Amino acid sequence: MNINATLIGQSITFFLFVWFCMKFIWPPIVQALDARKKQIADGLAAGERGRQELELATRRATSDLHEAKQKASEIIAQAEKRSSQIVDEAKDTARAEADRIIAAAQASVAQEVVRAREALRVHVAELAVAGAERILRREVDAKVHADLLTAIQNEL
Amino acid sequence: MATETLTSSEYIRHHLTNLTYGKLPGGDWGIAQNAEQAKEMGFWAINLDTMGMSILLGVVFLALFSSVARSVRQGVPSGLQNFVELMVEFVENSVRGSFNGRNPLVAPLALTIFTWIFLMNLVDLVPVDWIPHLAIALGVPFFRAVPSTDPNITFGMSLDVFAMVVFYSIKVKGLGGFLGELSFQPFGKIGLPANLFLEGVNLISKPVSLALRLFGNMYAGEMIFILIAIMFGAGIGIGVFGGVLQWAWAVFHVLIVTLQAFIFMTLTIVYLDMAHQEHH
Repeated sequence: MNINATLIGQSITFFLFVWFCMKFIWPPIVQALDARKKQIADGLAAGERGRQELELATRRATSDLHEAKQKASEIIAQAEKRSSQIVDEAKDTARAEADRIIAAAQASVAQEVVRAREALRVHVAELAVAGAERILRREVDAKVHADLLTAIQNEL
Repeated sequence: MATETLTSSEYIRHHLTNLTYGKLPGGDWGIAQNAEQAKEMGFWAINLDTMGMSILLGVVFLALFSSVARSVRQGVPSGLQNFVELMVEFVENSVRGSFNGRNPLVAPLALTIFTWIFLMNLVDLVPVDWIPHLAIALGVPFFRAVPSTDPNITFGMSLDVFAMVVFYSIKVKGLGGFLGELSFQPFGKIGLPANLFLEGVNLISKPVSLALRLFGNMYAGEMIFILIAIMFGAGIGIGVFGGVLQWAWAVFHVLIVTLQAFIFMTLTIVYLDMAHQEHH
């Protein structure tokens, strides 16, 4: 319980210990702590950045998907439109072709008719002439009455 | 344990006597054989027990922490490094919380104070008879194991803190500023003597209160342990009751041990903070 030189001894010891702690213990530990703190902060920041990037990519993927779907449906619609157009065109062509064939047939029929009529006319004329000849017997000269005959022929 | 050959007061006195080395009455240098001899040695004597324990515990602290400091890794810490880092961060937060200046000394100082005083106080939890009896078995007459129950130890530390407070006050404010703070506050120039008296008391009370608070708490704690230990010699019933009491007091004392170390550290930080602050 006496105050004695222990006081001085303790003072000196204390200073030495504090000096040692300040020189050799505190700096490396605090440095390591700071470094780790920075590392953790960096890691967290990187994680956050990664999360944001992921979110961004997801959003982009979603929008891409959406766009692709839209495009696909557009293409399908276009194709449908085109196909119906082709069908219509084909129908039109077919109808036109049919009309043409019918027209051609009708034309050829008409031609046939004309030809037949022509032949008939000739025939009838001949018959008529022959009839007239028979009726008139040689009174009618074919050469003299050619004009008349032709006129009759034309009337038929 | 109060043995048959010892009375209670002798037992207590034995527990409170330091192992003092100094000049014996005969003129030789040696270890005092009783309290009276130790007293007669005057100032130029040294308490081998408290001084030795204090240095031992300080070395334990420094060895423990410097082993970590040497192999400190940035990666995931393990075991001891974890604990040391916990302490360092705790102290760093305390310093950051109450110290506003910039001084690389303060944080290591606070760490040293906290850990060292904590270890010194912790010896109080070792049953009071173990270390003295071990010492007697080794032929050493006295051994006070708890350094912080020796006012020399607590004053030794608080005077260092006081020296630092004065040093940094003068360094930061200049000698004039420091003396001005002592002389011209709080009553201005007219009340100079009163100022000097008040501020002087204020200044001196810092180391005195630091040292006496720690010493008083630890001394009282040890005293209670010793008184409880006396009960062990008084029959089985009282002995068992004493055992329960000792356990309870030890549990409570863990709090005091930590608290006193923390208070010493925090007040040191605050005093140094005040020394760094300029008053206008």
